Amino acid sequence: MSGANRIAGAGRLTPARTVRFTFDGDIYTGLEGDTLASALIANGVHLMGRSFKYHRPRGVLGAGAEEPNALMGIERDKARRQPNVRATVQEVFEGMKAVSQNRWPSLGFDVGAVNDLFSPFFAAGFYYKTFMWPKAAWQKLYEPVIRSAAGLGVSPDEADTDHYASRYVHCDVLVIGGGVSGLSAALAAARTGVSVIICDEQAHPGGALAYETGVAVNGEPGFDWAVETACALAAMDNVRVLTRTTAFGYYAQNFVGLAERVTDHLADPGPELPRERLWQVRAKKVILATGAIERHMVFANNDRPGIMLSSAARKYLNHYGVAVGTKIGIYTANDSAYETAFDLKRAGASVEAIVDCRDNPGEGLLSKAADLGIEVLTDHSVINTSGARRISAMTVKRNRGGGSRSVAVDALIMSAGWTPSVHMFSQSRGKVAWDAETERFLPGEYAQDCTSVGACNGTDELQASIDEAVAAGSEAAKATGGKRAAKPKLKGTGAGNWSGGMAGSTAGAGPDTTVKAFVDFQNDVTAKDIRLAVREGMHSIEHVKRFTTNGMASDQGKTSNIHGLAIAAEALGRDMPEVGLTTFRPPYTPVTFGSIVNHGRGKLFDPARKTPMHGWEEDHGAVFEDVGQWKRAWFYPRAGEDMHAAVNRECRTVREVAGLFDASTLGKIEVVGPDAAKFLDLMYTNGWQKLKPGRCKYGIMLREDGFIYDDGVVARIAEDRFHVTTTTGGAPRVLHHMEDYLQTEFPELDVWLTSTSEQWAVVAVQGPKAREIIAPLVEDIDLSNEAMPHMSAREGRICGVPTRLFRVSFTGEAGFEVNVPADYGRAVWEAIWARAEPLGACAYGTETMHVLRAEKGFIIVGQDTDGTVTPQDAGLSWAIAKAKPDFVGIRGLMRPDLVAEGRKQLVGLKTKNPKTVLEEGAQIVADPNQPVPMKMLGHVTSSYWSENCGHSIAMALIADGRAKTGETLYVPMPDRTIEVEVTGTVFFDEKGERVNG
Amino acid sequence: MRKYSIFAVAREAMRGHKGWPQQWTSPEPKKQYDVIIVGAGGHGLGAAYYLAKQHGITNVAVVEKGWLGGGNTGRNTTIIRSNYLYDESAALYNHAMKMWDGLSQDLNYNVMYSARGVMMLAHNVHDVQGAQRHIHANRLNGVQNEWLTPEQAKEYCPPLNISKTARYPVMGAALQRCGGNARHDAVAWGYARGAANRGVDIIQNCAVTGIRRAANGAVEGVETTRGFIGAKKVGVVAAGHSSVLMEMAGVQMPLESYPLQALVSEPVKPIFPCVVMSNTVHAYISQSDKGELVIGAGTDQYTSYSQTGGLHILTHTLDAICEMFPIFSRMKMLRSWGGIVDVTPDRSPILAKTPVPGLYVNCGWGTGGFKATPGSAHVFAHTIANDAPHPINAPFTLERFRTGRLIDEAAAAAVAH
Repeated sequence: MSGANRIAGAGRLTPARTVRFTFDGDIYTGLEGDTLASALIANGVHLMGRSFKYHRPRGVLGAGAEEPNALMGIERDKARRQPNVRATVQEVFEGMKAVSQNRWPSLGFDVGAVNDLFSPFFAAGFYYKTFMWPKAAWQKLYEPVIRSAAGLGVSPDEADTDHYASRYVHCDVLVIGGGVSGLSAALAAARTGVSVIICDEQAHPGGALAYETGVAVNGEPGFDWAVETACALAAMDNVRVLTRTTAFGYYAQNFVGLAERVTDHLADPGPELPRERLWQVRAKKVILATGAIERHMVFANNDRPGIMLSSAARKYLNHYGVAVGTKIGIYTANDSAYETAFDLKRAGASVEAIVDCRDNPGEGLLSKAADLGIEVLTDHSVINTSGARRISAMTVKRNRGGGSRSVAVDALIMSAGWTPSVHMFSQSRGKVAWDAETERFLPGEYAQDCTSVGACNGTDELQASIDEAVAAGSEAAKATGGKRAAKPKLKGTGAGNWSGGMAGSTAGAGPDTTVKAFVDFQNDVTAKDIRLAVREGMHSIEHVKRFTTNGMASDQGKTSNIHGLAIAAEALGRDMPEVGLTTFRPPYTPVTFGSIVNHGRGKLFDPARKTPMHGWEEDHGAVFEDVGQWKRAWFYPRAGEDMHAAVNRECRTVREVAGLFDASTLGKIEVVGPDAAKFLDLMYTNGWQKLKPGRCKYGIMLREDGFIYDDGVVARIAEDRFHVTTTTGGAPRVLHHMEDYLQTEFPELDVWLTSTSEQWAVVAVQGPKAREIIAPLVEDIDLSNEAMPHMSAREGRICGVPTRLFRVSFTGEAGFEVNVPADYGRAVWEAIWARAEPLGACAYGTETMHVLRAEKGFIIVGQDTDGTVTPQDAGLSWAIAKAKPDFVGIRGLMRPDLVAEGRKQLVGLKTKNPKTVLEEGAQIVADPNQPVPMKMLGHVTSSYWSENCGHSIAMALIADGRAKTGETLYVPMPDRTIEVEVTGTVFFDEKGERVNG
Repeated sequence: MRKYSIFAVAREAMRGHKGWPQQWTSPEPKKQYDVIIVGAGGHGLGAAYYLAKQHGITNVAVVEKGWLGGGNTGRNTTIIRSNYLYDESAALYNHAMKMWDGLSQDLNYNVMYSARGVMMLAHNVHDVQGAQRHIHANRLNGVQNEWLTPEQAKEYCPPLNISKTARYPVMGAALQRCGGNARHDAVAWGYARGAANRGVDIIQNCAVTGIRRAANGAVEGVETTRGFIGAKKVGVVAAGHSSVLMEMAGVQMPLESYPLQALVSEPVKPIFPCVVMSNTVHAYISQSDKGELVIGAGTDQYTSYSQTGGLHILTHTLDAICEMFPIFSRMKMLRSWGGIVDVTPDRSPILAKTPVPGLYVNCGWGTGGFKATPGSAHVFAHTIANDAPHPINAPFTLERFRTGRLIDEAAAAAVAH
C-alpha cells in the first residue's frame, strides 16, 4: 500500500513498484516515480516544513521548482547530506532518509513557533530599529540568537564523497524546456539535421501535459505524445535530450549553464556515476520554452498545510495518482483552477466549493460545474482559514457586503493566474516589457540570439504555442544551416484557458488589515510587510525587496515577485511597470557548488608543475615548497637533520665543494628577430646592443611607473637571438608584458617571442669544483676561465645532448647553468650527479639558494622588492643604461617622488647578537621607546642564519638606508627589541673573486 | 526624527506599525544647493550625513542615477578589516574601523557590525612573509592583527581544511579579531535616514549628465536628467562610474573599471563563524546573519562596465572555496551578481580635491570600499566643508600618480577585499 490517498486507477505510476523511505524517522511507502512530496501526501502527510521567521507549519505549495515550503534534508550518509532539498523535485528511492528542517525539537512541536505569537513585533526590518542597546549585546546576545534562529537546513560537516562531472558542448539550437512548446520547437529544428539539445528540469518530458489530461496532440493523449516525441528525439543522432537538467544561467554570447542531476534519484548510484553533471553549452540559437509558473492567492492565513497551487494538486492527482484531500475548496482568479476541481471531483473527492473572486468565469465552466454537482461562488473570496497543522476550514465571503461562512475543507486549491517564466530571458539581458492588456511582464527587447515560445512568451492558447514553437524551431534551424525539411504538423486540442488572473492581495487582506497574508512563504513576507516598507520610504522595488526580503529566499520569488510588486504599486499609487521589476539573477534554481567545481578538486584544483628532475628529487628525500604552481625542492634533509641542519650543510658544501640545484622553473623566453636587441633595450633598463653573442647580462625590467617588475640573466645566443630568463613566478606575466608592448607600443619592431620555460631543464652546478664536475661530460666547449669567463654562454653538447651552457652564478661561486632539452633533464642531472657525489658535492634546494644569494646581496624580486622599489632603491643604479633615450619606466623613474630624498633603500643588517635571526617582515625603527603608532623606517626583506659567515644576515628596505650604514637601529618584537647595525648588502666574498675561480 | 528603539518597535507593534515615518523622503530637486554629492552609495550618503551633522552644512543634495544603495554598497560581501600595510592606509581604514564600533548607536540604525574576525590564510613561504610583514607593521601602528598556526586557524574556523596533503596547504593565518561584517543595506539606509532627517535632499532616479563650470573654471552645478541643479561644491562618489563623471568636468582619472562578482549560498544554520580570505587559493567567505554563505574572489580580468558575470569566474571562486572547505561541496549557489569596481594603479583610493575648484572626488576603492565607508565619508565631508583634506586623507591625492608617491597596497592584496 503506497498511501491512503492514492487513487486506484489514477496517475501513471505502477502500484506494484513500491519503495520504502523514511521521513523524520517514520517509515513510508511510495511508488517509483513519486516525488517525496507526492509520496508524503499519498500517506496523508501534509506538514513538511517550518517557515524561516515565524516557524509556521507548512505543507507543499507547488509540485516543482517553485516550491518555497517543503524543504528537507536528504541524507545518504554523513558525508552526503543535502540540506534544503525541495520535496517536490526530489524523487523517492528505496531506503531514502528525509528529515525536516528549521524546527526544534520536532516538526510537529516546534518551540520556534512562539515567534508567530510575537509576530507583530517582528515586522519587516524590525531588526534595523532595535538590538542596539547595550552596544556589546549585539554581538554577544542578539546576533547569536538571530543567527541560530535563521538559516534553514544544516550544512554538511564532512567532505563530500560524491564526484561531479563536466561537459563543454556546442550546438546549433538549444531548447530550454521540454513541455509542448519546447518539444515542438526541438522537433522542428531536429528534422533539418542541425544539432539540437533540449533540456528539462523534470524527470519526465511534457511539462504541463503531465497534469493537463484533457489535451491531445494529433489525437493522442498529450503526455503520451510528449514521451514518444522525447524518445524519438533522443533516438536521433543530432539531438541530445537531457532530463532532470536545469538551465540555470544564461551568460554572454549564448553561453548557457545546465545542471544535470544524475544520481539523486537512485537508491544505489554506485561509485562510477557522477552525482551531477555540469553542461556548459555554447549555442548558435537558443529557444526559451520555459513555460509559466502559477501564482498563489494572497489572503489571510493562506499558508496552512493543505493549501496549494491548483496546478500542483492537479499534478499530484493526474500524474502521481494522489488526492490532496477529500474535502476540497478551490479559490481562484482564473479559469484553469476549474479543471483541477473537475478532475478531483471525477476522481472521487468532494469539492466543497469553487470560490471565484471574479463574477464572470469563463464560458461553460459554470454549467460544467453544475453537471458535476460543484457549487461555484462567484464574486466571493476566501478571507481566512483555520487549522493547526493542516487546514480544516476556509472562511468564505461575498466580495461586497454579506456575512461570511465557514466551510470545512482539508485542502484548499488556489490559483491567481500564471506568471510567464522570463527568468532566462532576463538573465540574457533581454528587457522585459509590460503587457497592459494581460497585465504581465513579457519578453520585450532581446539582447542575445534567442526566441521565447509558448507560455513564457505569453502565448496562452495551445495551438498558438505549438505553431509559434514550430516556427521558431524551423527558423533557428534555417539560420544555423539546417537542410530543408517538412515542418512537423502538430494539432493540439482540449486545453483549458490559462489566461487571466490577478496580482496582489485579495479581499480581506487589503491595505487596512493586519492579517497575515503571505506573499513570500519561505521568508514569511506578508502583504502588510510590503506596505510597511512603502510607508517607510522604500519606493524602489529593489528597496522593498531588500527591506522585506521578498523574493530573496531559495525559491527566488518564483511565486511571490509579481504579488509583491502589485502590492507595492498599489501602496505607492503607481502602475506596476512604473515601479519596475527586480533583477533576475542567476541561477534559476540553486546549483550545488560541487557541480560547478566538478573536476577542479584536490590535485586538479590547480595543476602542480614539476620539473623533469622532480622524481629524482623525491627519490633523494627532498622536501618541496610551492612556488606559484611549481613544486620546488626546498631542502634535502638527511637522516636526523631538520631543515636548519640540512640547509647549513648544503650551504657549507656548495662553498667548499659544489652543489647541484634544479633551476628549471626559471621563466625562459626566446626573443628572436632583427630588432631583438632594440626590443630588449626598450623592455629592460640595461643596454643590449653592445652585448656580444656568447655573453650574458643581468637585466632589470620595470613597469611603466618605474618600479622593478622582474629581473634575470639574458644571454645573447646570436645577433638576432636572445635567451631571456625571468623569475619563476614572473614567467607568464613577463611574457604577457613583453607581448603587450610589442603589439601595442612597438608594433614596428621585427621580433618574435616564444615561451621556452618548459622546453629547457636547467641544472645549476655551483661551487669551486663545478668545472671539474661537468668538464668530462661537455663536448665542443672550452670551459677554461679564459675561453669561457663569468657571464658567458655557449652552445654545444653535454652527455651527448645539445646544451646551452651558461657560466653564471647566483651563489657567488664559480658556476654553470646547464640548459638541456627538458626530456633529457633527468638523465643529464643524474650524469652530473654521478660525477658530483664522489667529489663530495650535494644537491641543494631553494632555501640554500636563498641563503647563498643573500650572503652575496643578490636580490629576489618579490621578496626584497614589492612593487614600490626602483633600481636605485635596490642599489642597482648601475643597471640603468645612461645613454638610452627610452625604455619602459624611464618617465616613471623621473617622477618627483622617485628621485626624492629619503626613499627606502636596500641595505644589509647585522644583529648585535650574531646568533639572533630576524623575522622576515619585521619592522625597523630608530627609537624603540616611542609610543604607538610608531614611526617605522622600513622592514626586513630577507633574513637567514649564515653558516658560512658564522652569524645571521639580513637585508632590509630602510628609509635613507645607505646613509645610515653603521648606525644602530631597532626591531621591536612583541616580546623584546632586537638591536641591529646597518651594513652593506654583501656579507661574503665582498670582492667577488670566487665567481672567477 | 522618530527614534528607533525596542520600545518604539513594541509601541508600533500594538498598532500595526502604522506610525513609522518615512526613513527618507523623495523631494523634488531645489534650484541651488551648497553641496551636491553625486552618488547615493554608503560613502556619498555618509558624506552628506557628516556634512550636516558635523559641519552644519545641511543645504545638501545627494543625486543618484538609480536607487540609493543600489551600486557597490548593495553588492559587496560586507567585509570589514583594517590590517593594511602602509601607514597611510592603516590610518584611514583604522579610522573607519573605530567608527564601525558605535555606528549603529550614532545613526540610531542597527547596521549589525559584527566583529567576528577576519582571517587571511597563508599557503606558501611568500604568503607567510607577507602576512608577517603586515602583522609587524600593524602592531607598531596600533592595528590589531595576529599570527595563527594552522591548528589555531582551524580552531578559530572549524570548517577549514588544514590537511598537509591539500594542493596548497595552510601554513598559517593572520587574524584581525575586530574585523568582521556589517549589513550593507542598513549602512546605506541608516546614513540616508540620518542625512534626510538633517535636511539633506536625496534625489533618486536622477542621472548626472554634465558638470557645469563657470568661466573661472569653478564648479557651478550639475546637469541632470531632471534638469540643472546648481551648487557651489560638488563631490563625486560614483565608484565604477567615477571616471565617466569626472570626464564631464574635464578631469581624467587614473582608474580602470572591472566587473567583480559575488554569490551567496542557500541559507543554513550557523556553520561558519568568521571571515576567511585567501589570496593564493583566491576566494573569501563568511556567513550572513540570515545563514547564507557570502562568497567572492577577484575581479574579471578585463575592464568592462557590464554587471553580467561569467560562469568561469564563479567556477574559480567555488573551486577555491571547496578546496579550503571541502564540506561545502553540497551547498548550493542561490544567487550570483556583479558590480563595477574602480581600480587605481596602487589599489588605494583617491579621496581629494581636484584641479577643478569646488569639485571633490572620492573613488578608486576597488574591491574593498565597503569597509572604509564611515571613515571615508567622514574625512570626505571634512574635505568638502573645509576645502582642504583631513590629515587622514591628505596622502590620498590625485597628484600622487604624477609624483609617484603611491600607497601601493597592490602587492599586499592581490585578491579582492
